[in-house]
Amino acid sequence: MMNRSNYDPTFEESANAYLSNTQLRKNIGHATHTIREKRKDVVDEMPDWEELRKAGRQIKTKVMRHLDTYLLQLEASVQKAGGHVHWARDAEEANRIIVDLVKQKEVQDVVKVKSITTDEIQLNKALAKEGVQALETDLAELIVQLAEDEPSHILVPAIHKNRAEIRELFREKLDQKELSDRPEDLAEAARAYLRKKFLNAKVGISGANFGVAETGTVAVVESEGNGRMCTTLPDTLITVMGIEKIIPRWKDFEVFMQLLPRSSTAERMNPYNSFWTGVAEGDGPQEFHLVLLDNGRSNVLADEIGRQTLHCIRCSACLNVCPVYERTGGHAYHSVYPGPIGAILTPQLKGLDNESAASLPYASTLCGACYEVCPVKINIPDVLVHLRGKIVDHKKREGGIKQKTDPEHIGMKMMARAFASQHRYERGQKLARMGQKFFVKDGTISKLPGQLSGWTAMRDLKPIPDQTFREWWRERDE
Amino acid sequence: MSNSKKEMLDTIRKAISDVPEAEKPGDIEILRMYMQEGNLPGTEIVHLFMERVGEYQATVKQVGKKDLVDVVDERCQKHSVNRLVVPEGFPKEFLPTSVTPLFDFIDKPLSHLELDESDGVITTCAHAVAQTGTIILNAGNGQGRRALTLVPDYHLCLVHQDQILHLIPEGFKALEGSVKKERRPITFISGPSATSDIELSRVEGVHGPRRLDVIIYR
Repeated sequence: MMNRSNYDPTFEESANAYLSNTQLRKNIGHATHTIREKRKDVVDEMPDWEELRKAGRQIKTKVMRHLDTYLLQLEASVQKAGGHVHWARDAEEANRIIVDLVKQKEVQDVVKVKSITTDEIQLNKALAKEGVQALETDLAELIVQLAEDEPSHILVPAIHKNRAEIRELFREKLDQKELSDRPEDLAEAARAYLRKKFLNAKVGISGANFGVAETGTVAVVESEGNGRMCTTLPDTLITVMGIEKIIPRWKDFEVFMQLLPRSSTAERMNPYNSFWTGVAEGDGPQEFHLVLLDNGRSNVLADEIGRQTLHCIRCSACLNVCPVYERTGGHAYHSVYPGPIGAILTPQLKGLDNESAASLPYASTLCGACYEVCPVKINIPDVLVHLRGKIVDHKKREGGIKQKTDPEHIGMKMMARAFASQHRYERGQKLARMGQKFFVKDGTISKLPGQLSGWTAMRDLKPIPDQTFREWWRERDE
Repeated sequence: MSNSKKEMLDTIRKAISDVPEAEKPGDIEILRMYMQEGNLPGTEIVHLFMERVGEYQATVKQVGKKDLVDVVDERCQKHSVNRLVVPEGFPKEFLPTSVTPLFDFIDKPLSHLELDESDGVITTCAHAVAQTGTIILNAGNGQGRRALTLVPDYHLCLVHQDQILHLIPEGFKALEGSVKKERRPITFISGPSATSDIELSRVEGVHGPRRLDVIIYR
């Protein structure tokens, strides 16, 4: 039997609850539709978009095939530029490294740039345990933090909240009684609240969008300026980077810095991009630490089909076009990586023993919209199907008699037999045609009995036609 | 080598054991079939840059060099800027007499608080990219350290028209030396500070300068 290694529900269990939250569906539907249109406009104006996507995929494929070499090169480059490099096998190790560094500085708080990687390792909790407050400075992350909520989107973690809800939150938590719900005023409130903290911060913590093996340059891509604040004003900067974020050369930015902003915020370029190479004398932090994090990534790397999942540059375009994400929102995925990319990344990072994570590859209609928009051409539907296969195998291996008598398993076995021979297939068709009579209503089957009801619970079925093409062909010959 | 490093590298090597041992990273050629060089004539590049910067809600002006100081003056008046942060190496002839310059020197830098209490900052730039309406800073002369263009609420950036490149790949190419040889910090600025965090629509003005003016001179 599969173990439930944590208490998270499966996607199917939680999706139902989120589907009935109409406010949430409205907020997410509105936001994803807006950005979809805008993305299409800025992508369509690029005559070489497909060539950029191809190059992006090639560069990432190359990195993954030689990840060990590139990691060592990156380490050497960062050290040469005056930075320190740390290696962390898992979340616990990364947190320990960072907590130790922060404690050495004897500070009560640190400022943080939005980083999904630090959400993944739950760094804020680890710091809090040691009495250090991690202050989220990205507007959406601040909203999530103040609301004691969970992120629900890669790019816009507070996408599930609308302006009125944010105003209420700020009125209460930031003591701003007169605040309006104009986004400009909400942004102003956040600016005033965070300004002092930025100016006095001793330690900043960031994630990384890219790390360049050749030069040791690290890049943070953002809009608000909080990223620049955190990576420029403190004396010490600690950056946590997943090992897959490497690109080989400085030149490769010319590909990714075109693909990312247009796919992500649907802009030609986002307001601020910071590129720093170790420590610059008299400019910015004089102490720089780069923490390289595995935390399950090498598991993903080991699967030849799943490996492309690591190409992801976290743009979130796949979330915005996904018919499933649009309806359930991000929380149903129970992971910091929601949506289509999360449905393939989470189960590979957490392992198939995690029942909640193993339910995610089924959170898809396989419509392929995610693959169409992916700037680095990750074939998400392919990986989804591959993972479904692995999950079935895993169940079979782990499972006893109960799994073997599972109706899905028996059904698939029977299907396989039927499809293997023309004779059996046609006989099956004839039987089904006779049997279906009781269930066809107005030309569709919307309710099947017994074990088969699962199929029609979510969708209608077209009945088997009175005559198949083969039958028609044979009659025609006679 | 630390245990963690060794173990991580071993795990990674095992994970990619399907890659033939003889294959080296250099063996994989990247087909760069996308546009690496622009094809617009100079005047059209300037126009494209002006149009794209304008779309970010920044103000763009084009002037001759002899009128530059007057336009700087006019912009500062318009934004009620008196205490103006001036980076080391900024050409003094571009400073109007109406402002009080706050000079930032390498051996005597302004404090974060002084920057916060200023009314704005004036800088030059390293390059600009028309395709995306981007200003590129490389902490060179007249641009100063990164905090100068970040903490003040108003940024006035002077761009010489010959500094404007057409495409993004040209911008990264132009920076190779600054990064590889000098390891300078690089900042791309495309419009004023903004956020898309509320209902995914862009709103100008969060933590960086909320107002950005760009003056192109020749």
